[in-house]
Amino acid sequence: MNRVPVPAALALGDDALVLSHRLGEWAGNAPVLEEEVALANIALDLLGQARALLSLAGDEDELAFLREERAFRNVQLVEQPNGDFAHTIARQLYFSAYQQLLYGQLASGEGPFAPLAAKAVKEVAYHLDHAEHWTLRLGDGTPESHARMQRALDALWRYTGELFEPVEGVSADWPALQDGWSAYVTDVLRRAGLTLPEGPREGAWTAGAGRQGIHTEPFGRMLAEMQHLHRSHPGASW
Amino acid sequence: MTTTVPDAQAPEAVFDAALAADERIEPRDWMPDAYRATLVRQIAQHAHSEIIGMQPEANWITRAPSLRRKAILMAKVQDEAGHGLYLYSAAETLGTGREELLDKLHSGRQRYSSIFNYPTLTWADVGAIGWLVDGAAITNQVPLCRCSYGPYARAMIRICKEESFHQRQGYELLLALSRGTEAQHAMAQDAVNRWWWPSLMMFGPPDDASAHSAQSMAWKIKRHSNDELRQRFVDICVPQAESLGLTLPDPDLRWNEQRGHHDFGAIDWDEFHEVLRGNGPCNEQRIERRRRAHEEGAWVREAAAAYAAKHDGHHGTHDKHAEHTEHDNHGKPEEAAA
Repeated sequence: MNRVPVPAALALGDDALVLSHRLGEWAGNAPVLEEEVALANIALDLLGQARALLSLAGDEDELAFLREERAFRNVQLVEQPNGDFAHTIARQLYFSAYQQLLYGQLASGEGPFAPLAAKAVKEVAYHLDHAEHWTLRLGDGTPESHARMQRALDALWRYTGELFEPVEGVSADWPALQDGWSAYVTDVLRRAGLTLPEGPREGAWTAGAGRQGIHTEPFGRMLAEMQHLHRSHPGASW
Repeated sequence: MTTTVPDAQAPEAVFDAALAADERIEPRDWMPDAYRATLVRQIAQHAHSEIIGMQPEANWITRAPSLRRKAILMAKVQDEAGHGLYLYSAAETLGTGREELLDKLHSGRQRYSSIFNYPTLTWADVGAIGWLVDGAAITNQVPLCRCSYGPYARAMIRICKEESFHQRQGYELLLALSRGTEAQHAMAQDAVNRWWWPSLMMFGPPDDASAHSAQSMAWKIKRHSNDELRQRFVDICVPQAESLGLTLPDPDLRWNEQRGHHDFGAIDWDEFHEVLRGNGPCNEQRIERRRRAHEEGAWVREAAAAYAAKHDGHHGTHDKHAEHTEHDNHGKPEEAAA
């Protein structure tokens, strides 16, 4: 088996870890009981992926609980707060579309992530299906849901440019990934009666440095909550 | 049988005969109104307990101290949502829909288990809930797998399997703490001290003060009395506490050779009634949070319903897994408002 490039395992693992955490914040707050089950399902899949990936890079708990904010390599998209249900769905649509294309490529290659990607891509197919259906329902539901979904898509758009920055140690066809992503998202939004956002998504004033450890303000607070208990008992096992 | 006398064909007689023969009553069978009402009340209270019970545990999902524990806790809270779904469906077979029951919960006309009005103050509380609260729930619920109403009994079989898994996980969590650092051990002991008595109250008032017990036993909805079940639970917990290396906060707890059971101290029923009346530590915040989630989700449910109405045959929020995966060819939706 090929040697696992640690920075790549961290980047992909942190994406999954952080989004799983955000989805876990929905527990007890979902709009309908079926969504309690669905969101937890997605969160659990992502947590499973995160544990597998972080374990390739080192000790999963040390990496999750003892790194400082600047050492996390996730894209900024996944750390964005849940917002309303439309924001959560928009974030999931953007991310799952990316993850499915990326893992699809990795699964069919021979790199060190192929076995993991082959398993994860099946999970992600469900995540994407879930996000797509809710995008259609919200986009083509009521005037209010349409407006909320459009606002969410617009607000998160600036964080999508970073998804296509090549990750060191991940051998993917990044331009093809971006093309596939754009074609898919454009199609879903068209079917939902929503408008593809047009704002900038790269450059000095947009997002795009999560992979270098530059995050957004809410992320520090998220980590403070996530790491507090573990850090309060140094060396303890749980 | 074609030879039965006409009298025995009367619906009431059929119902009584089914009960006497320990057969299951099914949704299409005739049943007395009071039997139906009792079941709806009990199943609804159980369903509400599952979804309110998500809150004290979800309180720790974002702070779980290891990724393994986090996965276990998330899965557990998810199971509770799933139990809520089965139970609301069981109530639906009796003609009462989920929306109506949720309204009653939100407006305080139906109850949930009072145990969830206690706060989860430390990580060890997650373990104490698993070991004691789920343990008490299982003791209560295992007999319900033989309840006379079929859909409820069948839901309980599945629920009890998952609950016993949760109970073992809670025990194992406490064991890790008890054998951990001094601070972890103290955390575990403190949690057990706080959850022990409320767990004993979960079996309900003593038999001589229980409002619904006698009729429910006659209908075979209930199979054992509150005090019997409570005693069974105490007898199970005492040796488990010893293996955990933790103590139970009751100076009167001791083995009684003659009875073949443990004696235990007097339960503070004043506290029980106060919590039941709404004066527990978290009554208001639990129901407030439930209401808020429901109200904040109203626009989502409305959108799903509107979408389903536009696209025939599609459910709004239900049956995601069973849903179509091919896409609609409706072109632009008519309404691109706002």
